[in-house]
Amino acid sequence: MKKSFPGKDTIMAKVSPTKTPMREQPPQERVRNYDEVPLGYSPQEAIFEAERCLMCKNPRCIEGCPVEIDIPGFIQFITEEKFRDGVRRLKEKNILPAICGRVCPQEEQCEQKCILGVKNEPVAIGRLERFLADWEAGQGEPELPPKPKPTGKKIVIVGAGPAGITAAADLVRLGHKVDMFEALHEPGGVLVYGIPEFRLPKAIVFREINYLKKLGVKLYTDHVIGQIRSIDELLDEYDAVFLGTGAGLPWFLNVPGENLNGIYSANEYLTRANLMKAYLFPKYKTPIVKGKYVATVGGGNVAMDCARTALRLGAEKSIIIYRRSRDEMPARDEEIHHAEEEGVIFKLLSNPAAFHGGNNSWVKEVECVSMKLGEPDDSGRRRPVPIPDANFRMPIDVAVIAIGNSPNPLIPSTTPDIETGRWGNIVTNLETGKTSKPGVFAGGDVATGAATVILAMGAGKIAARGIHEYVMSKK
Amino acid sequence: MQIIDKSEIAPNVYACKVRAEAIAKKVQPGQFIMVIPDQYSERTPITVADWNTSEGTITFIFLDIGSSTNRLAELKPGEEIFSLTGPLGNSFDIKKYGSVGLVGGCYGIGGIYPAARALREKGNRVVCYSEARSKFLLYWNKKLEEVSDEVRYATADGSLGFKGHAYDLLETDLKSGVKYDLVITVGCTFLMYRISKVTEPYQMKTIVSMNPIMIDGTGMCGACRVEVDGATRFACVDGPHFDGHQMNWDLVLARRKAYLDEEIVSGERHDYGKS
Ligand SMILES: Cc1cc2nc3c(=O)[nH]c(=O)nc-3n(C[C@H](O)[C@H](O)[C@H](O)COP(=O)(O)OP(=O)(O)OC[C@H]3O[C@@H](n4cnc5c(N)ncnc54)[C@H](O)[C@@H]3O)c2cc1C
Ligand SMILES: Cc1cc2nc3c(=O)[nH]c(=O)nc-3n(C[C@H](O)[C@H](O)[C@H](O)COP(=O)(O)OP(=O)(O)OC[C@H]3O[C@@H](n4cnc5c(N)ncnc54)[C@H](O)[C@@H]3O)c2cc1C
Ligand code: SF4
Ligand code: SF4
Ligand code: FES
Repeated sequence: MKKSFPGKDTIMAKVSPTKTPMREQPPQERVRNYDEVPLGYSPQEAIFEAERCLMCKNPRCIEGCPVEIDIPGFIQFITEEKFRDGVRRLKEKNILPAICGRVCPQEEQCEQKCILGVKNEPVAIGRLERFLADWEAGQGEPELPPKPKPTGKKIVIVGAGPAGITAAADLVRLGHKVDMFEALHEPGGVLVYGIPEFRLPKAIVFREINYLKKLGVKLYTDHVIGQIRSIDELLDEYDAVFLGTGAGLPWFLNVPGENLNGIYSANEYLTRANLMKAYLFPKYKTPIVKGKYVATVGGGNVAMDCARTALRLGAEKSIIIYRRSRDEMPARDEEIHHAEEEGVIFKLLSNPAAFHGGNNSWVKEVECVSMKLGEPDDSGRRRPVPIPDANFRMPIDVAVIAIGNSPNPLIPSTTPDIETGRWGNIVTNLETGKTSKPGVFAGGDVATGAATVILAMGAGKIAARGIHEYVMSKK
Repeated sequence: MQIIDKSEIAPNVYACKVRAEAIAKKVQPGQFIMVIPDQYSERTPITVADWNTSEGTITFIFLDIGSSTNRLAELKPGEEIFSLTGPLGNSFDIKKYGSVGLVGGCYGIGGIYPAARALREKGNRVVCYSEARSKFLLYWNKKLEEVSDEVRYATADGSLGFKGHAYDLLETDLKSGVKYDLVITVGCTFLMYRISKVTEPYQMKTIVSMNPIMIDGTGMCGACRVEVDGATRFACVDGPHFDGHQMNWDLVLARRKAYLDEEIVSGERHDYGKS
């Protein structure tokens, strides 16, 4: 399929107004398995979609990407069937394209800025990114960049989530010796313990971690920093420390009955299901209560993941309880859409006021307050206001609280001289990733509070640059 | 982590020594580790009962009661444990109190051992209460005696020491005028609950070492939440040691039963995914 280059007008006339659809597992089938839902593009589909790109002189899409991928550049390679070159172009800026292509909120980032989106649907940038990354995975071992000259500097990365992985990759490619400590028994952070297999197959994450190891990063799992070693002890041994410890502390509603049996934080529910593979119980020994009526509280990606997981575990009814309306839901459109297709029930403008228990302290009912929308609040979204005397009850046997997370206090509490902000987040310089403690850098959810994969990666990149400058200027 | 030594020190109770240099250097009395015996097992919290810094080893005591501890019991010296993380949680506050009573049952006999040793080194008078159903279920008697001023035994059948439970023995002692500046108890929930009830009328400060169901042990999941003085706390990072008089025991006892059905299933299907 060769590309002849006609004038711009003819392209405009020819391009399809909509994205090339991606094949998916049908909803009735996929709720009974844990396999990935969208199936990816074939080369033909990818080329067809790539041809929609106008190859703008001033590509607005790039402004929308937090790591500034050369989007028309890699798309051009796809139209020319030069997939290997396309992968190289992607990886100049993003070492995790197979992940970002799947989980980036493109509709708010690159694709939101795409010029085609003004009148029609934007180019499916995420899908094309995923296509190239998956194509590369099918070609055997990934290419390794040339070995850099060693600098003799040693850097330690705490936390093996997207922020830590990105910082580690950049630093090792600059010739530093990089060690990485992870608290859990598997690396990957939220990518592994949080985001479910049906949205992000774990094999993809482990492939990327292996690539990191091939680059020379030494990974130590089962190391909880703050316990096994303090930050000060790390500073004795390393030239700089990067903290990418994420936002792992779950919030609860603080309503009566919340500690009844059958009420999980989203982190617990997803960790049991994903990291500990409770969906394969009893082959894997970690149990999870399956529940007939499962209520998930919240309206973000995390809530969608929990509600969809509940269906796959066999729930008859999986209900989302959210206090505003559908328009205000922070989850990605695609996730809400997938959840609706699969039969998740949305109980909007409702907020739990209490949980009531039955035998053995098991949750039996959730009591909700009905809400209406009032004036916009600080976030610009209309504030939900309770309607008096409009409480109602619903029978449930499992509830999952998915209303947010803040940074884990373990490191700040064992490192008193590091400055933290209002939510326990570590305060950093946005240009360098520097914290208030000399030699210590941070980035990702631990600095911003719960955000996105690509923002965490962007922060990892910035900090890698900051660390490089810092260690090279040190004697 | 490699198992150096493992033995059944009482029926169904195992002592396991593993090589773990870094943990041996750091661990303090009252801290625990998270053990995953093989790739299919649960993350299992277990208290560190002893360690040897120069040898680079730690020792823990466990009861073979469910699928993951079964698997652990099957592993032999020389074999590797799939994953072992620690130390986790806070240590006991080791300082000079005066006179300290330490009460241990089941794995808690091992649990109080390092606390007794450290508290005595700080110049406290240390009295240990070690309990079991019968004499043959007690262990580490000599070890405990070496680090305590006195060890008081309680057996349900009266085969050694006091006939009855440790909480009965403690109550008898307190009634007869014995005073402790601090009581620490490690073991099953019911024992710790009863000890707290015994010391409460005397307003004798009592530290309990909570053992709720845990997943990560790093403060990430909230499975281990307990209610202390009306506030929700995570036992793995805020504890596991709390004031026994401020504990909401009803909630603790209810939450412990959460997985009973699943535990029976995973215990019966003892195939560990070999198929
Ligand atoms: C269920 C769920 C769904 C999501 N869906 C999306 C999505 O679709 N798209 C998107 O862009 N974003 C999504 N996010 C958000 C995204 O996953 C996070 O913003 C991102 O993972 C943050 O990366 P991080 O590297 O900062 O932290 P994390 O991914 O949280 O990684 C931190 C790592 O540090 C480790 N750690 C913590 N403390 C210590 C310590 N003391 N010592 C050693 N290691 C430690 C942790 O175990 C963890 O592995 C989702 C999040 C969740 C929970
Ligand atoms: C901080 C802490 C320290 C601990 N220290 C030790 C120790 O030193 N030695 C030791 O043998 N055990 C200890 N425990 C208890 C131990 O973790 C559990 O016995 C273990 O998780 C059971 O796992 P299993 O898969 O073998 O059994 P499962 O099949 O999960 O459970 C079997 C039975 O044990 C009960 N049970 C499950 N989890 C717990 C728990 N966390 N605590 C008490 N009972 C439970 C179940 O209700 C069930 O009746 C500790 C627990 C905590 C939280
Ligand atoms: S990394 Fe994310 S934002 Fe950037 S181009 Fe890829 S999908 Fe878009
Ligand atoms: S803005 Fe859209 S059309 Fe233009 S280069 Fe970017 S992806 Fe292509
Ligand atoms: S075990 Fe997960 S927060 Fe304590």
